[in-house]
Amino acid sequence: MFRAALRLSVSGARSLTRSRPQYTASVAARSYSHGKQETDEEFDARWVTYFNKPDIDAWELRKGMNTLIGYDLVPEPKILEAALRACRRLNDLASAIRILEAVKDKSGPHKEIYPYVLQELRPTLSELGIPTPEELGIDKA
Amino acid sequence: MLATRVFRLVGNRTLSTSICLRGGHGVAKVEDYTLPAYFDRRESPLPDIKFVQQLSPEQKSLKEKEKGSWAALSKEEKIALYRISFKESFAEMDKGTGEWKSVVAGIFFFIGFTGLVVLWQRKYVYGDVPHTFDAEYKQKEVQRMLDMRINPVEGFSAKWDYENNAWKK
Repeated sequence: MFRAALRLSVSGARSLTRSRPQYTASVAARSYSHGKQETDEEFDARWVTYFNKPDIDAWELRKGMNTLIGYDLVPEPKILEAALRACRRLNDLASAIRILEAVKDKSGPHKEIYPYVLQELRPTLSELGIPTPEELGIDKA
Repeated sequence: MLATRVFRLVGNRTLSTSICLRGGHGVAKVEDYTLPAYFDRRESPLPDIKFVQQLSPEQKSLKEKEKGSWAALSKEEKIALYRISFKESFAEMDKGTGEWKSVVAGIFFFIGFTGLVVLWQRKYVYGDVPHTFDAEYKQKEVQRMLDMRINPVEGFSAKWDYENNAWKK
């Protein structure tokens, strides 16, 4: 877990040079002391492939999302886009909105992540007709 | 998966009886607590089951409409779909209860009550103080201490001016 956090700060520094917000770096969730470490891109690609499965079922969507939220990172917009499209294939609008809520919650004190993610997802949200929690007013208790 | 299928057979959530025949030995009742449960958790955003299990006819037709384009849904319909699947939004599940105010109020109340009890005790329970607390006894006590030169260097008698029979200024 600590190595994951260390790698987060390392890749956070890396992604600064790539002009991405420094906190949305995805890191490998496994901390092996030996063996090949998964890069951010491999991690992202793995998850995008998971959600892009054409016949994904509801259980797999739930399992994937709950697992992804369990990691110590905010998922990249491309992973979230794949998840939202999976919701569309499953005709599940509520889960799509819930995913956006979970991203905002996952950002914690870093308030700039959620607007960035929404900005990146805006084309997908408009295309699929997914409202943000703010538009529905459920972001206030 | 199997549990949800059994569950759908059962239909009504309040009816927790379901009949499984295993090798002709008899019936086994499926207990409610063994079935997947709904809970709102930050760390698990998509629970195992939807919140509303029995859909009213309007909700059923809304679910049908969900299969089409989501842009065609109105804001109220989208909120309704959300509420079918989920009980509380993240904001609602995370908000505080304000219980701490009751706790602090209770603390103050009982401290105050204890104060009243102590005052009552002083008045009605405790007996008189010993006679050694009387003013004239105390006066004689001080005089005796001065006569004995108690702590004459830096303490008690050091503060008494023996020439002028008064406390040093």
